[in-house]
Amino acid sequence: MNSTIDWQPSAEIETLKRRAQLLADVRRFFSDRDVLEVETPVLSQAAPTAIYLDSFSTVYQPAGLKPKSYYLQTSPEFAMKRLLAAGIGDIYQIAKVFRHGELGRRHNPEFTMLEWYRPALGYQALMTEVDNLLQDVAGLPAAISMTYHDAFKQYLDVDIEVTNTSSLQDIALSQIAGLPQDWQCERDGWLELLMSEVIEPQLATLAVPVIVFDFPASQAQLAKVYQNQYGHQVAARFEVYAGGLELANGYDECQHADELHRRFEKDNQQRQAESKPVMPIDGHLLAALDAGLPACTGVALGLDRLMLLITGKQRLAEVISFDFERS
Amino acid sequence: MASYSTNEFKSGLKFMLDGDPCSIIENEFVKPGKGQAFNRVKFRNLKTGRVNERTFKSNDTVEGADVVEMDLEYSYTDGEFWHFMDPSTFEQYAADENAIAESKQWLKEQYVYTVTLWNGAPLLVSPPNFVNLAVVETDPGVRGDTSGGGGKPATLETGAVVRVPLFIEIGEVLRVDTRTSTYVERAKD
Repeated sequence: MNSTIDWQPSAEIETLKRRAQLLADVRRFFSDRDVLEVETPVLSQAAPTAIYLDSFSTVYQPAGLKPKSYYLQTSPEFAMKRLLAAGIGDIYQIAKVFRHGELGRRHNPEFTMLEWYRPALGYQALMTEVDNLLQDVAGLPAAISMTYHDAFKQYLDVDIEVTNTSSLQDIALSQIAGLPQDWQCERDGWLELLMSEVIEPQLATLAVPVIVFDFPASQAQLAKVYQNQYGHQVAARFEVYAGGLELANGYDECQHADELHRRFEKDNQQRQAESKPVMPIDGHLLAALDAGLPACTGVALGLDRLMLLITGKQRLAEVISFDFERS
Repeated sequence: MASYSTNEFKSGLKFMLDGDPCSIIENEFVKPGKGQAFNRVKFRNLKTGRVNERTFKSNDTVEGADVVEMDLEYSYTDGEFWHFMDPSTFEQYAADENAIAESKQWLKEQYVYTVTLWNGAPLLVSPPNFVNLAVVETDPGVRGDTSGGGGKPATLETGAVVRVPLFIEIGEVLRVDTRTSTYVERAKD
């Protein structure tokens, strides 16, 4: 009867060998640069508040104790920043991370993230390092980069500094096949739709990775907000796109506990408004920032997706030993 | 009818959209940057046969469509409706002109067709990929020519016209591919 159960891996053994090579290459890349490998807890009492990021939760309840919620990390970011505040210096981590509800051809609710922080490197220098890593460990061609503003200018002929939300809505509704006319979202929602449905497919036709930087200040997440050389108030955040995939997301990190606390509270208010669970804000992180996070940049990169680019496979299941359905 | 969340979307799922029953061909989960996730869905409108795209916000729900496929035997037409029967229960189903449009020229009594039923009524009648039909009209056969080169038109008993080799005669039964309307071979008894 067990013979009817498909117990086989979802990836070919050859692919898993290539994957092991990638992990070894990544570790060599960082050891060559004196970046220290660290491990941090997968389970945490706190969780990110970001509105479209859903954490798995579990309960710690040994006999006789009151149950206490723990969350599986969606990224090792908070704990790594606490190490930075403690003065550890340049660090990286290869971590299993978990995101509820994210399942598809290019999403697996459990996936492998490479995340690193560089107190010594600036924002532009970190983008260069990401580019170097992609060339070194995955053999990708050198990346090009452009601001978020220029990407909209070049591919949609839209100046986002002066274009109002209802015009963005009109453009999205006319350019995105299958988007219902009664679709509702906020300004950032329209920008994200245009980015992923109109601009990204055009970036995908370029034979090189594209680094888009200086995101709108409203999409700062945990990045610093600053005025760039064009006089635009933007987030010091970048994303790397390659072969039609979003590969990495990086920040010049916001160091201010008060500022982050405000953003977390705002996230939770929006969660409440949308009847989503309010998340416990990470007091450990805020206390560490209070004590002093050194100026630093950081980036998270999806290693499973990088495996897609390396192997030319189309589905994450083909580069993961056992995908979610077989886990 | 049950409703389905985007988390349950997969190819083959039948759902209602703008009043029409549809079938999912492809479902892609998309999550732009740090933004709200959505599903990009390619589907076939089962009423019109057309393929379209639609974007759904993740966690949206759609109403399921009561669509089933049955193998039914074609009985006869009264000019307005084409009548089919379930050979096991003898239950009758009447299909209108729209439903049989794609298979009209392949309909032969007692042959079995795949009928898509929506709320119990035939929505679409699909012919099998191959049918055996007799030639009712064609130019006289050319004796000795078995090369099949050139060819000529032949009208079949259901009204379909296909190109056949020169040696084919009236009364012969041919195996025909309904997807391409092409002659395959002489039917073996």
